[in-house]
Amino acid sequence: MTNNRTNATAQPSTSPSMVSRGVRIFFGSWLSALLTLLSVAIILALIPAFRWAVLDAQWQAGPPELCHGAGACWSFIHAKLRLILFGLYPPEAQWRAFTVIVLIIALVLATLWPRLWGLRIIGLWAVGLAVMLVLMQGGVFGMSYVPTSKWGGLPITLLLAVLSLGLGFPIAVVLALGRRSKLPVARAVSILMIELVRGLPLVGLLFVAAILLPLFLPPDWTIDKLGRTLAALTIFAAAYLAEVIRGGLQGLSGGQVEAAQALGIPYWKTVWHIVLPQAIQKVIPPLTNTAIVMVKNTSLVLIVGVFDILSAARSAATDPAWPAPSTEAYLFVAAIYFIICTAIGWYSQHLEAGVKARSH
Amino acid sequence: MKTKMKILTALAMPAMLLAGTAQAQSGGTLAAVKERGRMVCGASQGTPGFGAPDDNGYWRGLDVETCRAVAVAVLGDMDAVDFVPLSGQQRIPALQTGEVDMLPRTMTWTLQRDANGINFTTPNYYEYTGFMMPKSLGISEVEGMTGATVCVQTGSTTELVVNDVSTKHDLDLSPVVFDNTSAARQAFFSGRCDALITDAGALASVRASMADNPDDYIIFPATPYADALTPAVRQGDDQWMDIVTWSIQALIAAENFGITQANVDEMLESDDPRIRRFLGTDPGNGAALGLSEDFAYQIVKALGNYGEVFERNVGMDSPLKLERGYNALYSDGGVMFPLAFQ
Repeated sequence: MTNNRTNATAQPSTSPSMVSRGVRIFFGSWLSALLTLLSVAIILALIPAFRWAVLDAQWQAGPPELCHGAGACWSFIHAKLRLILFGLYPPEAQWRAFTVIVLIIALVLATLWPRLWGLRIIGLWAVGLAVMLVLMQGGVFGMSYVPTSKWGGLPITLLLAVLSLGLGFPIAVVLALGRRSKLPVARAVSILMIELVRGLPLVGLLFVAAILLPLFLPPDWTIDKLGRTLAALTIFAAAYLAEVIRGGLQGLSGGQVEAAQALGIPYWKTVWHIVLPQAIQKVIPPLTNTAIVMVKNTSLVLIVGVFDILSAARSAATDPAWPAPSTEAYLFVAAIYFIICTAIGWYSQHLEAGVKARSH
Repeated sequence: MKTKMKILTALAMPAMLLAGTAQAQSGGTLAAVKERGRMVCGASQGTPGFGAPDDNGYWRGLDVETCRAVAVAVLGDMDAVDFVPLSGQQRIPALQTGEVDMLPRTMTWTLQRDANGINFTTPNYYEYTGFMMPKSLGISEVEGMTGATVCVQTGSTTELVVNDVSTKHDLDLSPVVFDNTSAARQAFFSGRCDALITDAGALASVRASMADNPDDYIIFPATPYADALTPAVRQGDDQWMDIVTWSIQALIAAENFGITQANVDEMLESDDPRIRRFLGTDPGNGAALGLSEDFAYQIVKALGNYGEVFERNVGMDSPLKLERGYNALYSDGGVMFPLAFQ
C-alpha cells in the first residue's frame, strides 16, 4: 500500500522512472520477457482478425451484394437474425417465442432471490414452464397452433437446457440417494442406470431416442420428436447430476442423519430439510459445471433434426445468395452461448458468496 | 440394452403430455391427412434449392414444392403442410413410423431402400455428378485423378460416387467431407482439395459465380450414371402412393401440355381431350384417386408446371442456376416423361 503511494507521487515528476518501471515489469526476468514477447506476437497475429471483424466489416443492413469486400459480413446476421433466433417459428406468432425467452430470463433472475428458495421457487418454475409450453404450442386462448416441428432457435435451446436440468434434477437426487442406500435393489438399479448412461455418448443416446425408439414402440402411437430428444437429454443430465449430488452427500457427516432418525423425523423430511440443502451447497461449482455442459450439449440435437439455435444458424448459412457467411453465423451463435454460459458462471459465484456469508 | 430401452420408454411417456401425439397408420394415410387437415412432410436441415427455410422460416425448394403439390391435391391448400426437419439417418425411420406422410428429401431411388420398407413414387430430379479441378493440375478425366483429394458433401450420393469411382479405377481418392454444399465449394476454391465433386448441373454455375477466373477450372463427368431423386412414401398404402405419384406427375404433364400457372384458366376451354381429362373438365381421374376432379388444375394454379417449379427453385431464377440437363422433358432431350392422365 505504501509502496503504491510513493510510486503514485513520484510518477508525474520523473518520467524516466516510469520507463524503468515498465522495463522492470515487462522484461524483469527471462520468464516475463518471454511472456511479453509472446503477448505482443499474439496481439499482432490478432490484428488481421480485428480488421476482418471490425474495420473492413460490412455493418450496414442490406442485400447480399453489399458483402463483396474482404471483411466480415454482419449484414448477413441482420438479415437472418429472425431465422437464427426463432428458427421455423411462424413470424406472426413470433412474440410468443420472444415472451418465452423473456420469461426464462425473468425466472432465472427471480431464482437469484434467496427469499423465494424452496418450494416457492419450484412452484414458480413449474407454473412458468407450463405457461411457456402453452405459449409455444398455442391452440388455446385464440393463439394459433404451432406444432413442435416448427419450434426453433433460442427458445428451443433455452427450454431444452432448463427442462432437461429441471426434470433431471429430481431423478438425480433419487439416483444419488439410491446409490448410497442400504437396500441392495435400489442401489443396484441406481448404479446400473448411472453407469450405463455415463458410459454412453450423448450423441448415441440422442440417436436411440430419435431414430430407434419409434421403431420399437407400437405402431399406433409415436412420441413427438422433441419430446424424445428432451427425454434423452434429461436422462443424460440426471446421470451426471446424480454423481455431483452424491459427492455432496458424501461430504455430510453421518451424525446429522442419525440425530434426525433418533428424533423420529421421517426419511424424506430428513432428506428435504437437512441433507439436501447442505449437500447441494457443497457442490455448487460442479453443479454449475454440469449446467454449463448441458446448455452446450443441447446443440447436439441438430444431428437429430431439431432446429435449435445452432441448426438454424447453419441452415441460414447455407443460403447461396450470401457469399460464405458461415464464419459470421458461427461467431454470432458462439457469442450467444458465451453470454449464457458466463451468466451461469456469475450466478454460481453469487450463490457461493451467499453460502460463504451465511456460514461465517 | 433392454433395460435402457425400458427406462427410456418409461421416461419418454410424460413427454407425450408435453407435445401431444401423432398417430401412425399402417393404411389410410389419405383419411388421416384429411382428418388432420394438414400434411406432414420430411424436409432437410437446409439444402438450398431443394428444401430450406427462408428468412421468415417459410420452406422453399424443389422438394418442398413437390410436397406442396400433394397438399394442394389432397387438401386444396399449398400451405396446409408441416415440414419436419430430418437428418440423413433419420429420414427413413421417420417415414416408416408415421412421423411424416411423405418424404421428398433429395433421396436417391435405390434397390436397397425400395426393398427395405419404403416405396418410391416418381422421380422429381435426376442428379448426375461431375468433378471440377484446377486446369493447372493438368488432369482432364477421371482416370488421371490418382491420389487426389476431393471436397465432398456428407450424407449425399456424391459421397458414394467418390468411393465407387475410386474403387473402379483404383485411384485411391481421399474424400474431404463437409456438412454442407457451400462449405465444400468454398473449401475447394480456397485450395483445400484438388477436386470438387457435386451435382453436374451446378458445376458450371458454381465455376461462374465462385471462381476468381472461371477459365482456370475444368469440369468433367464423374460417372456415366445418373441418380433419380425420388419422393418416397410408406409401404402398404397403395392409394396414398398413387396420389403422391400422380400429383408429381401432374407438374410434369402440365409442362408437356404447355399449361402454365398463367394460362391454366384459359386451358380449361381447351378442345384437346387429353388436356380436358388432365384438368378435370372431363371427369374421371379425380374419382379414381379419391381426390377432387380438378386436383391437377389446382396444382398448376397454385405452383405452376414442373419447368416453373424447377426454374424458380434451382434453375436460372435461383442462386443455384442449374441447367435443366436430364431434368428437361423427354421432348427436349431430358428424361422427364409425362404419363397418361386417363
